[in-house]
Amino acid sequence: MANKIRVATTSLAGCFGCHMSFLDIDERMLQLAEVVEFDRSPITDIEHCTNCDIGLIEGGVCNSENVHVLREFRKNCKILVAVGACAINGGLPALRNHIPLEECLNEAYIEGIGVEKPKIPSDIELPLLLNQVHPIHEVVKIDYFLPGCPPSADVFWKFLTDLIEGREPSLPYELVHYD
Amino acid sequence: MRQFIQDIAENSHYRATHLLQILRQVQSRYHYIPEEAIAQLSGLLNIPRTQIISVIEFYSFLHLTPRGQYELLISDSITDHMLGKKDLFDYLAKKLDIAVGEVRKDGLVSLDNTSCTGMCDQGPAGLVNGYALTRLDCAGIDKIAELINQQKPLNEWPSELFQVDDNIYKPGLLLSQQIEQGAALKSAFKRGIKETLKEIDYSGLRGRGGAGFKTAIKWQFCSEEQQAERYVVCNADEGEPGTFKDRVLLNSYADQVFEGMTVCAAIIGARQGFLYLRGEYLHLHDKLQTILDQRRQNGLLGNNILGAGLYFDIEIRLGAGAYICGEESALIESLEGKAGVPRNRPPYPVTQGYLGKPTVVNNVETFLAAACIAVNGGDWFASIGTEKSKGTKILSISGDCAQPGIYEYPFGTTIQTVLNDCGASDVLGVQIGGPSGTFISNQELERKLAFEDLATGGSFIVFNSSRNILDVVHNFTHFFAHESCGFCTPCRVGTSLLKKQIDKIVEGHGSAGDIVALEELCQLVKNYSHCGLGQTAANPILTTLERYLGLYENQLKEISFEPGFDLDGALEIARRMANRYDAGAHLAQTDESGSRPIASLPPSLAVGE
Repeated sequence: MANKIRVATTSLAGCFGCHMSFLDIDERMLQLAEVVEFDRSPITDIEHCTNCDIGLIEGGVCNSENVHVLREFRKNCKILVAVGACAINGGLPALRNHIPLEECLNEAYIEGIGVEKPKIPSDIELPLLLNQVHPIHEVVKIDYFLPGCPPSADVFWKFLTDLIEGREPSLPYELVHYD
Repeated sequence: MRQFIQDIAENSHYRATHLLQILRQVQSRYHYIPEEAIAQLSGLLNIPRTQIISVIEFYSFLHLTPRGQYELLISDSITDHMLGKKDLFDYLAKKLDIAVGEVRKDGLVSLDNTSCTGMCDQGPAGLVNGYALTRLDCAGIDKIAELINQQKPLNEWPSELFQVDDNIYKPGLLLSQQIEQGAALKSAFKRGIKETLKEIDYSGLRGRGGAGFKTAIKWQFCSEEQQAERYVVCNADEGEPGTFKDRVLLNSYADQVFEGMTVCAAIIGARQGFLYLRGEYLHLHDKLQTILDQRRQNGLLGNNILGAGLYFDIEIRLGAGAYICGEESALIESLEGKAGVPRNRPPYPVTQGYLGKPTVVNNVETFLAAACIAVNGGDWFASIGTEKSKGTKILSISGDCAQPGIYEYPFGTTIQTVLNDCGASDVLGVQIGGPSGTFISNQELERKLAFEDLATGGSFIVFNSSRNILDVVHNFTHFFAHESCGFCTPCRVGTSLLKKQIDKIVEGHGSAGDIVALEELCQLVKNYSHCGLGQTAANPILTTLERYLGLYENQLKEISFEPGFDLDGALEIARRMANRYDAGAHLAQTDESGSRPIASLPPSLAVGE
């Protein structure tokens, strides 16, 4: 069981929906666990990744912490994958890109209905928001893109089994056909 | 306003095909299209208001919000930039105290960029309320600012501001002899209509817009359609940056162009023709209208032309700032009063064109040549040129040469010959056929003007060794992203991605892999777009990548990847609002340690010290 393929996963500005969809591979997870071990991931609670083969990133880049996490993944993963609509295009969080950040913060923390003790949060523990939400490939080099909102369990399965078995990954039309 | 709109709608017989022309008049009167006008027109023309709004949003000369009473647009063509447009533009903005893209607070003036206005030989150029301004300089701008601030009506502005010259330096087969008014029609009737089509066939004339489809075949196909109504359309939507020969032809050879259209009408059996004139050539409109009136009086248009029983008339329709309308099916959509979105082809316009009827669409120069062939015969034309490209080609030459202007050459002429004639000695490269054409380097000057070698609609821009090719590519790529009609995704999204990717490389954020990504994107846009715009939008990048790969590579950083935007700058607003100036409130541009110093002390400290 020594040389298992090491996989890390994370969600940046995402909703964990892609992770949930990944879990939908159901009993095939056991099959996967025979050849794969998980490094940093919500599944393991490991805080930082080291020397991984595959990194799966859900969500876009909306704040400074996302940039640091993404860079850690890029540094430590041989293959980095953008998973789902938000990672690929910014997705739902990027809807704020049309609204100036000042207005977003003022609405949320100063002027919004029901706000008590209005104040913009300021603490060195808190990551700062970027002006706009960016797809992850605009910040680091990305090797593969898995489309879908979320990508179906079969997309994860096909992609990972292709990679693990040494094939160039490819998704048949049925898996990327949405209507 | 109610009465004004009622009147123009009535003058257009409440036809929805006239929507664009009606909206032009509303825009010109009120400097935008008010909501009330949209509602009223929707009722009068019996079309949904959303359709009217889609037309307004499509054309860059129509607006849903008020523009200034003086609407200034400055041409953003590469040739204008080469003549110092940027500094002049800044000077003008400062002089008028106005930001680009905005209306001044008093509502008097607005300022913006516009795509090439077809004055490349006499730029920097612009438009004021649609009328062409040429040879702008600081003195001219001072004058313009003064006239605007004094609220002088345009007809009291000095005429030299609007002076447009022909600059014909080398007339050839077509330009050196004007044919007499009516001569082509007389010859055609005398010879016989069928025989005249045969002469045009013998002449080997091919369409002069650039694609080069054989004219006689197009006319024959159209005439063979089993339909009662047919149309002739002259495409004078000369939008390819660097092209201005049609402006000159319509200024000085319009009679012959109209005559060519009338010969076509006689051959295919059309009763109605249209001259689709690009909005930027508004200054020609009245003159052309006068020529049409004169032709009607002389029995060359209207009922029973020259007693031969032919009925044919020509109407001028103006465009409103959309490059895509030079594509024939988009032009037809525009003629029908709609947004200029290209149709699926086939069916081609010769079978289903204007209002679904067989329609011949040809370039201005094609009709001019057809008129001359009707007079002089096919052999006269075919004796010149190469085997596959007969006759001559009229070029609009601009850029780094002593005498920019109009030149006519037999097909087969080498680029070097052209450069010698126009006085271009220091040549880095030449853009042939405009941004959608080809960039050739100074190692290829023995190549020839011909459909089988370098095909061109007439644009010929010379660049000398002081020019940066990436600036040229940058300008052209932005042009296509601006002019994409938005109908198909590969072009709408693709041209914007090309723009972002070329900006990234030009601004020095590019790294290994970015050129490969750029090239892949080019192939995607080229191979999957719906019409010629998208299919050629990547040409400026592809033709220069092929020739000057090193130039692109020099722009790249020696790191594996760098974001195309300023990461630390993107935190500035949040930093300010949270009042955070600790090290954790900053991001380095790249992951390589020490590649970018972490910025700034808190402003309070920095100022206090």
